[in-house]
Amino acid sequence: MSWILALPIAVPFATAVLAFLARHSAAGRWLSVAGNAALLVAAVLLMGTVWNEGVIAAQMGGWPAPFGITLVADLLSGVMVLITAITGLAVSVYALGDINERKEYLGYHALFNVLIAGVCGAFLTGDLFNLYVWFEVMLIASFGLLILGGKPEQIDGGIKYVTLNLVSTILFLSGIGLLYGMTGTLNMADLAQAVDGVENQGLLTVVAMTFMIAFGVKAAVFPLFFWLPAAYHTPAFSVSAVFAGLLTKVGVYALIRMFTLIFDHDTGFTHTILLWVAAFTMVTGVLGAAAQSDFRKILSFHIVSQIGYMILGLALYTPMALVGAVFYLVHHIVVKANLFLIAGVSQRITGGSDVYRIGGLYKSAPLLAVLFIIPAFSLAGFPPLSGFWAKYIIVKAALEAQGWLIAGIALAVGLMTIYSMTKIWAEAFWKAHPDGRQPRLTDMPQAHRRPMLLAIGGLATLTVIIGLVPEPFVQFAERAAAQLLDPAAYVAAVLGDPG
Amino acid sequence: MAGGRRGNGLAGVLPIAISAALFLYFLAMIPDVAASGALVIHWQWVPSLDIALSWRLDGLSLTFALLISGIGTLVMLYSNSYLRGHPQYARFALFLTSFMLAMLGLVLSDNLIALFVFWELTTITSYLLIGFGHETPKGRRSALQALFVTGAGALAMLAGLILLGRAAGSFELSDILRMGPEIRAHEHYTAILILVLAGAFTKSAQVPFHFWLPNAMAAPTPVSAFLHSATMVKAGVYLMARLHPTLSGTDAWLWSLTIAGAVTAVYASFKALSQTDLKQALAYTTLMALGTLTLFLGQQSGYAITAFATFLIVHSLYKAALFLVVGCIDHATGTREAEVLGGLARAMPITAAAAALSALSMAGFPPFLGFIGKELKYAGALAVASEPMFVAGAVLLSNALMLAVAGVVAFRPFWRRNEQPLPRAPHEAPWPMLAGPVILAILGALFGLWPDLLQTTLVDRTVQAVTGGDLEAKELKLWAGVNMPLILSIATFVLGLLLYAVHRPLRRGLQAFFARMISLDGRWDGFLDAVKGLSAWQTRTIQNGRLQSYLTITFAVVLVTLGGTMLARQVWPAAPEVGEVRWSHIAIVLLIIGGTLLAAFTRSRITAVAGLGVVGIGVAMVFIVFGAPDVAITQLLVETLVVVLVAVAMLRLPFLDRKGESDWRPGHLLLGTALGATVTAILLAVLETPLDRRLTDFFETASWPEAFGRNVVNVILVDFRALDTFGEIAVVVIAALAAYALLRTTAGRRP
Repeated sequence: MSWILALPIAVPFATAVLAFLARHSAAGRWLSVAGNAALLVAAVLLMGTVWNEGVIAAQMGGWPAPFGITLVADLLSGVMVLITAITGLAVSVYALGDINERKEYLGYHALFNVLIAGVCGAFLTGDLFNLYVWFEVMLIASFGLLILGGKPEQIDGGIKYVTLNLVSTILFLSGIGLLYGMTGTLNMADLAQAVDGVENQGLLTVVAMTFMIAFGVKAAVFPLFFWLPAAYHTPAFSVSAVFAGLLTKVGVYALIRMFTLIFDHDTGFTHTILLWVAAFTMVTGVLGAAAQSDFRKILSFHIVSQIGYMILGLALYTPMALVGAVFYLVHHIVVKANLFLIAGVSQRITGGSDVYRIGGLYKSAPLLAVLFIIPAFSLAGFPPLSGFWAKYIIVKAALEAQGWLIAGIALAVGLMTIYSMTKIWAEAFWKAHPDGRQPRLTDMPQAHRRPMLLAIGGLATLTVIIGLVPEPFVQFAERAAAQLLDPAAYVAAVLGDPG
Repeated sequence: MAGGRRGNGLAGVLPIAISAALFLYFLAMIPDVAASGALVIHWQWVPSLDIALSWRLDGLSLTFALLISGIGTLVMLYSNSYLRGHPQYARFALFLTSFMLAMLGLVLSDNLIALFVFWELTTITSYLLIGFGHETPKGRRSALQALFVTGAGALAMLAGLILLGRAAGSFELSDILRMGPEIRAHEHYTAILILVLAGAFTKSAQVPFHFWLPNAMAAPTPVSAFLHSATMVKAGVYLMARLHPTLSGTDAWLWSLTIAGAVTAVYASFKALSQTDLKQALAYTTLMALGTLTLFLGQQSGYAITAFATFLIVHSLYKAALFLVVGCIDHATGTREAEVLGGLARAMPITAAAAALSALSMAGFPPFLGFIGKELKYAGALAVASEPMFVAGAVLLSNALMLAVAGVVAFRPFWRRNEQPLPRAPHEAPWPMLAGPVILAILGALFGLWPDLLQTTLVDRTVQAVTGGDLEAKELKLWAGVNMPLILSIATFVLGLLLYAVHRPLRRGLQAFFARMISLDGRWDGFLDAVKGLSAWQTRTIQNGRLQSYLTITFAVVLVTLGGTMLARQVWPAAPEVGEVRWSHIAIVLLIIGGTLLAAFTRSRITAVAGLGVVGIGVAMVFIVFGAPDVAITQLLVETLVVVLVAVAMLRLPFLDRKGESDWRPGHLLLGTALGATVTAILLAVLETPLDRRLTDFFETASWPEAFGRNVVNVILVDFRALDTFGEIAVVVIAALAAYALLRTTAGRRP
């Protein structure tokens, strides 16, 4: 069974090496597409196995847990890997039209696939220190991607990005050290049991907070999100799309994992803090977006805002709320990555990214308008698109938990999200272009247009499918949430049957 | 409006066919509904969330369905000529058809959440249709305003519907409608009522949420006729009627609906008379109608509900007809200004006739349906238990004003003498544009003469649905004898004709009055500016672009969180046992402190880096003193590399500017010290707990016999935890790759 868990890490690494060797020719980009397609196959296999057989685990190097490193997949890990593969494939196809040869020569495809490998590794590892390693892989690969253009604003954003993320890394590492000092283990399933035996539970809460802050920075929650809006609008559109879709979600995933599996001893304290964090994250993010006029800056602040909803799902800590968090994660990755991809096409044909200085897309590029309105209105939570169900489940969970205020905030933030999305729509799409230009999709060469629109169209289709047929996704999220709330199967899969 | 000569092709014909087919279908359902009361069909959708595509066809939903599909058919037919050859007709037709289907879904849904889904779909399609003139700022503003106001209400309503569903234990209307007493006694009843009414009042444009509706007239006229008069804006009214059996009957319900409805009706009637643009005048009369409908839904009596059911139909018929007439006038003459238009009857006889018939129904003259509607309104108003004079007065005043407005909109442009030249020479509209007004106007007369046609087919069952079967519908008849309603009717005619006679000076007075009143529409832009201002202020404060401030905040968060948690959970380390202190220990500590201070206080970045290097060397020496020379060597190596690399990076990257930095930063010193102390305290507390040596023991015992390596650390790196090492190698390689890329791309860019 171990190969099925290792594949989602091995495939992108192998792809990275091959793509690097072929970076001088067009073969590199096609290798990246093929590698991500292979990753998708591997992810589907993994997902199918987990769905049918329950949590699966593999001990790397054959050393039994907790002595070696364990890879483990429950439904949450499985779906995160699957959605990573989908995003990876879409973005690698999009990159066929988006990434120029100079960036390819400098190793774009290698960096991209290493990033994907790091993301998959983070979702699959069952070892805390190993998770740290994957965070480092992601950080360095994303930094490389961020500065690949070498423009001053990219360097500036990159430095803010890497500095603040290093603070998170150091905290994470310190937390690992402290937790190891208290429990003597790094294996997450083992930790889940070991923390129960810790005498000083108050100290455990203190250590839990170091993880909360470390992952909070990664997830870009209030007030730790500075690095995100500072950096996400600067790199190539493919890069910002994959960042927007995946990076913060690894932080959210880590928070969910740690605060369901290991740190569930003091939820009255930790999860109450998470609740306030969620509220402020939603509000500051959405207000930040309202103040922006750059296409990608608006979207970047919205990432922050939407992270708040996912954290809210974790903070409420009811079955329904966790269903919402899982559903939200999946929906958001698809929608958010797609919006950045669309921003790229918009920039290409309108010649700008400030929504007040572009326009005319609705009239002369109606296909792009359709492709935009699907993820944009989904993000704003309009039915019957995926975002509505995500928001609905979270709000319902909040109301069921009698969290009147937080439910109200979640709904009000939804309204402000509508405001931002319609700003982009009204300015970039409805308004005539201030230069009198008629932006058309055919302004792009066919070799660029086709792959870019294919990627966007694919993700938009997925959004519509989740929206129209939500039942299987909700059922899935329910099972995933049940596994999170009762980690017995997870622990048993990693450590073997008790006894 | 009509652009090219080409027709609209399939996009023109298909919507007509779809809506006509639906209309015929619903028409055929009349006998079934009349016989059985309510038909319910259940389709699965999201059973995990108790959401189903279940449909409910009873008197109320059938009435709405017939109005939607019937007027829809006429509007589609009309639009195909009105916007003939428009380059964006295909999407217009798509939005309009989608709207119609969504609206049908809304009124037919038996599931509250499905109803909400369709509700929001009407909001989106309305947004896209109002923004049809998307290149004008006014069109975009109006579209956003409508979306924002109704969207805000809808979100509140969503919360209300969730609470309602939880209170009832079901999201199916079939269940909820049976649970009136339980819901009204539920602890969340007031919250449910407020939240649901927020949705209904915004959608149906009750004062003070009314201001978006007149602006929505930026949409093409058929859209205004269909969405913003006959159907969509009645969604709020529909919801109130739908939930009437469950939520009505309390004082809160009675007074909120009565007051909102009465104020809206009277305010809108005056406002309507103050307009000179025919379409704007009609928009305000729609508001008046919505207010009246709301007012009657507040009540419990059979007369009030029968008045509601009848006036709902009356209004849809005459109002859609009049909007379409105004569209014809606009189309033919190029203007909608009341003071410009005149003498159109000669050039547009059919339009004039349709307008006249509709206006008579609107004004409430016999033998039109409008008369019956008005009689019932008075009967309903007088049957109001609490404040009959208040309600009857409001109805009388608004009816009289309606009569005057009917004259201004539908009589004067056709029959008064033509005083001013028109932008275009008037001509009769083509037949597809006449079909709507004519058919609707004739229906108004037909139903007035034979009210039985409506009574048994729709009104009885609608009243039954709205009252939950408690009350019988009152009889619709033209002549009910000399009674109070008739006297009030006569008073209405007198007052209305009087108002019409003096409407021009009255209009000027009203315009002057409203100009001085607070206009919520005027405040709208200020509101948006305030939102933008708040956002900008917040963003400037938090996201100010300075890394130093980001780092300060991040570290402060770490300090406050960890320190706060220690206080909250009373974690405090005991004073550690200090063993033998040697001079070498003190020297190392002093070295580390010295390096720190150097880094903190120097003006030069390179010196700061060197200072940190000193700290690193101090740490290496700690390792040496405590017997871990291999770790110390690694530490020394890494530290040296870091210092060199950072120094090189700083030389190569001169655009790290130092603006706004000062050398003396006591705050940072304090923060750093406090943070260091906190982490130290946590570390000491952790050290108090005994170390679990399971892993260490295993590594030591298994290293040689099982992994064939004597150096435990090496075995851990390459075997036990090889995956970590693999990852770290990847990190180093990628770092090199990134550095290479950075140097390549920034080469030659140095200033």
